[in-house]
Amino acid sequence: MNSPKSINAPDPTNAPRLRNLPEPMSAPDLMNAPTPEELVQFVYNEARLIDEKRLDDWYELFAPDALYWMPLTRGQPEGEGHTSLFYEDKLLLKVRIERLKRPQSYSQNQPSFCQHVLQRPEVLSLDIEANEFILRTPFLYAESRLDDQLVLAGVARHHLTRIGEHLRIKLKKIELLNCDAALPSIQLFP
Amino acid sequence: MGEYIDNPGAVQSLVRPDAVHRDLYIDDELFALEMRHLWRNTWIYVGHDSQVPKAGDYFTTQIGLEPVILVRDPDGGVNVLMNRCAHKGTRLLSAQSGNCGSAIRCPYHGWTYHLNGAIRAIPVRQGYEGTAVMESDAGRGVVRLRHVENYRGFVFARLADEGMGFRDYFGDSLTSIDNMVDRAPAGRLEVAGGVLRYLHNCNWKMFVENLNDAMHPMIAHESSAGTAKAVWESLNMPEDAPKPMVVEQLLPFVSNYRFFDNMGVKIYDNGHSYSGVNFSIHSKYSSIGPYEQAMIDAYGEERAQAILGEVRHNTVYYPSLTIKGAIQSIRVARPLAADKTVLESWTFRLVGAPEELLQRTLTYSRLINAPTSIVGHDDLHCYRSIQEGLAASGNDWVSLHRDYDSAEEGAIAGTYNGLSEVSMRGQFRAWRKFMVPDAGAGG
Repeated sequence: MNSPKSINAPDPTNAPRLRNLPEPMSAPDLMNAPTPEELVQFVYNEARLIDEKRLDDWYELFAPDALYWMPLTRGQPEGEGHTSLFYEDKLLLKVRIERLKRPQSYSQNQPSFCQHVLQRPEVLSLDIEANEFILRTPFLYAESRLDDQLVLAGVARHHLTRIGEHLRIKLKKIELLNCDAALPSIQLFP
Repeated sequence: MGEYIDNPGAVQSLVRPDAVHRDLYIDDELFALEMRHLWRNTWIYVGHDSQVPKAGDYFTTQIGLEPVILVRDPDGGVNVLMNRCAHKGTRLLSAQSGNCGSAIRCPYHGWTYHLNGAIRAIPVRQGYEGTAVMESDAGRGVVRLRHVENYRGFVFARLADEGMGFRDYFGDSLTSIDNMVDRAPAGRLEVAGGVLRYLHNCNWKMFVENLNDAMHPMIAHESSAGTAKAVWESLNMPEDAPKPMVVEQLLPFVSNYRFFDNMGVKIYDNGHSYSGVNFSIHSKYSSIGPYEQAMIDAYGEERAQAILGEVRHNTVYYPSLTIKGAIQSIRVARPLAADKTVLESWTFRLVGAPEELLQRTLTYSRLINAPTSIVGHDDLHCYRSIQEGLAASGNDWVSLHRDYDSAEEGAIAGTYNGLSEVSMRGQFRAWRKFMVPDAGAGG
């Protein structure tokens, strides 16, 4: 995979992704395999960290080569070659998080708050061999800033992997129901 | 209400050489007059002809508040039609884009039109025998705009029957479009990568003014570009380490006043202008080797260097279109109300260039122009703050005094220092000129 500073990392949702991974150093660690419930709880916790604005903790959930991706169109096959709403590697996520801490972030002097309301995540794939676990989570997301409130609906797809002890996000893809609408500012993280 | 309608003198008095009245941004009546006069007397950007490559391909949009269709005619040209059935007024095409085949059919009573707007068929036509329908407006079919210009793929239209011609209106400002198109080794552009549509709860003019406002980046964008700079520096990369594209694009926003002043701004008549006469925030992007070779192959060394050496920042085609030739993207203002505007950001493929060039403009557009953009958030916050602040009484005027010189009262066209507010003064001079019925018929 590319360096974490590149936004040109290959799209992990593309079919040939596993081909590029190095051979596992050892047999899959069956003892360390996540249970479906652990995966589901991870997704709940991830949303909760955003809603509680514990964004530094949230940042740690991402694998070094992670992508946080919100396509601009339905069924958009990839982030390269087409504009997206978000297509953030860890560097850009870091910039967003650090910016929110600055008093010069004028658009946040009156701060925004957000609330995810998640349907129970569905485990689509629990591939211990490939160390990849995919969940699908329909959601409602509200972002408010004093008198203004924006409500978005969509489906989040988490591609998780085990790194050492921890589950980490390789890809969080957010498929917005109204991705093609003229949208107002979205200042936090659906 | 009634303060400005039928009172052209009152409208004219709202623009001074060095200030404009706050009503220009907040008054509903003035907005209605802008739609009736300014956006009908001037040449408005409709779309790019690569959006409708084949006969029957169409794209629906608006000129001011009026719904229009850009459609490719079987004869190879493009037509701009009012998106209104000649019969009862139904909007004919409701999709953003598509292909309507050889005819446009109204979804209500089935009146059918050729792609030039002429009536092709009306169901149970004998019902109209003995009536005056064919002599009425309905009988003329869908209104086809008479004043349409396709300039190197960029399609503009003027709604007013009488008015200034296309070339007179834009003059030499068209060199910015030339430069953007010339940057394609094949000499043409294609819309690519989708359109970002960002809803702004502010007046359209705040956005247009901002495009050549070189005094705001180091303040409004300190939080975004400044953070990007700090995060990049915290990684302690070697001085000569290649910067990721996003860092390369964000950092110049926090260049200092001297940088933006020396950039320079070029002013044309009728509200058009561009910043970045000498260099711009796009000047120091890393070169993409195969692209430069493709340009040299296409144009020869000297001409290729001349094209690539022109790195203009933002060009304003007043009032609707702004372009960034150096990275082949455009932003289009679609006003909806005095305090509501949709900004569309379109990106282009340089035909014959490597795909990295498309990737660069897509990255820039997402970073700067998306509803999720941390740069856009602070811009819009400032525009919205003006929208709210101007409700205050006690000071009715918006200051445009920076670097004002009364010599501008004659000819304003020329080259100025980048920090000057002269581009805005030029825009409001045009605003006043075209905010009258049948403006500019004689130039």
